[in-house]
Amino acid sequence: MKADQKDINQLTYEEAFSELEAIVARLESGEQPLEESMALFERGQALSQRCSALLEQAELKIRQLTGEE
Amino acid sequence: MEQIPLFSSLSLSVAELTRHLRQVLEADDILQDVWVRGEISNLSRPASGHVYFSLKDEFAALRCVIWRNAAARLLGILQNGQAVEAHGAVSVYERDGTYQLYVDSLRPAGEGYLYQQFLRLKARLEAEGLFDPSRKRPLPPRPKVIGIVTSATGAALQDMLNTLSRRYPLAEVWLAPAAVQGESAPSELIAALERLNRDPRVEVILLARGGGSLEDLWAFNDENLVRAVAASRAPVVSGVGHETDFTLVDFAADLRAPTPTAAAVLSTPDVQDLQAELSQLNRRLLQAALAAAGLPRARLDSLALRLAHASPAWKIRSGRQALDGLAARLAQSAAHRIRLESSRLARLQGGLAALNPFNVLNRGYALLSRADGSLVTSVSGVNSGDRLSARLRDGALGVEVIGPDSRDRPQRSLE
Repeated sequence: MKADQKDINQLTYEEAFSELEAIVARLESGEQPLEESMALFERGQALSQRCSALLEQAELKIRQLTGEE
Repeated sequence: MEQIPLFSSLSLSVAELTRHLRQVLEADDILQDVWVRGEISNLSRPASGHVYFSLKDEFAALRCVIWRNAAARLLGILQNGQAVEAHGAVSVYERDGTYQLYVDSLRPAGEGYLYQQFLRLKARLEAEGLFDPSRKRPLPPRPKVIGIVTSATGAALQDMLNTLSRRYPLAEVWLAPAAVQGESAPSELIAALERLNRDPRVEVILLARGGGSLEDLWAFNDENLVRAVAASRAPVVSGVGHETDFTLVDFAADLRAPTPTAAAVLSTPDVQDLQAELSQLNRRLLQAALAAAGLPRARLDSLALRLAHASPAWKIRSGRQALDGLAARLAQSAAHRIRLESSRLARLQGGLAALNPFNVLNRGYALLSRADGSLVTSVSGVNSGDRLSARLRDGALGVEVIGPDSRDRPQRSLE
């Protein structure tokens, strides 16, 4: 679980959000054993927290591409 | 020579006459909203920033003024010798007693020609399919890197950056600056597009420029730029000029926004919508997890029920119940049978009692039997001296036959 958390903290919003979407879809299909469902749920929660944090902390980054690049 | 009466009316001062002239001119609708065609000469722009020149053709000249604010937008075509069409209002400059055109807009003469050119190019590119709706690509819903091609110093850039940081601060903006007007603008804009397209991380490109005159926006009608927009790897959102301005780039772009700000809005989700979207997903996650946990629970319950039914204890219980039933039925049927039998027995006993041959003994009869037990039922076969047994109600007497008895002749034959 520790490794997962670290992993999640490096995801972009888009990555975290799409994974969260996928997890919800899988959970909603209800085809996993209970143990796997619980694991999916925990990861989903972590992803959701990551997304919230990203939304709250976000600040527009600006980079200028000059002609030499 | 006719004599003019000296005191017939009051004379006007020069100022009064000039003011009157001015009022006459300013009351004329045509003079207040007019396009005048001519060539620029005597162009001067003193420190005040206002621009003075004459418009002339081979027969006449017209003095013109452009106030400083309007002049800033029109510098591109303000050159001596330039054939232009100037728009404005005619009035009088009272101090010099001259009338002049106060210019608010200026376009190169032959703009009608330019417009024809624009229409021809548009028709040609349209025929090539460059503007086909089928070519328009959807924009990424949550772009991580947004490319911007515009002037690094323009208000358009500030508008877009403000909008983006308010709406979608998750994004990264890559700015590829380029001149947005003037001769070098098309090639600079194309180069900027290419720089952004080279990096696959750029998911959408905003190609924008603030409002301006038709000439200012002309670079956005450049054929090569239009082709570069149509060929762009990343989808392009154009936001050129104001709502009413249409350029060929607008037709080639995947999405045309009326202004730079609108381009920023149309290419990004709003952070509030994202938050709503996220909390909805959260709710679904929770529900799905609860359902996922509940499903095995329900399955477990149903299995437990089936197991209980299949268990020996259940069988024993249900066997016992069947047994109890049987026993009850048995008991019931036995009792019934006994009742049945005993009443039958009673009937038989009654019958039997009625038939008991010894009953008659109670009434004084006697039974005579020989030594061998056979009953004596007739006088014949009995001799004097025979020893017989007489059975009475309460015992038997040994008797000896003395002979036939004529006193007691039976009235009925015993036979």
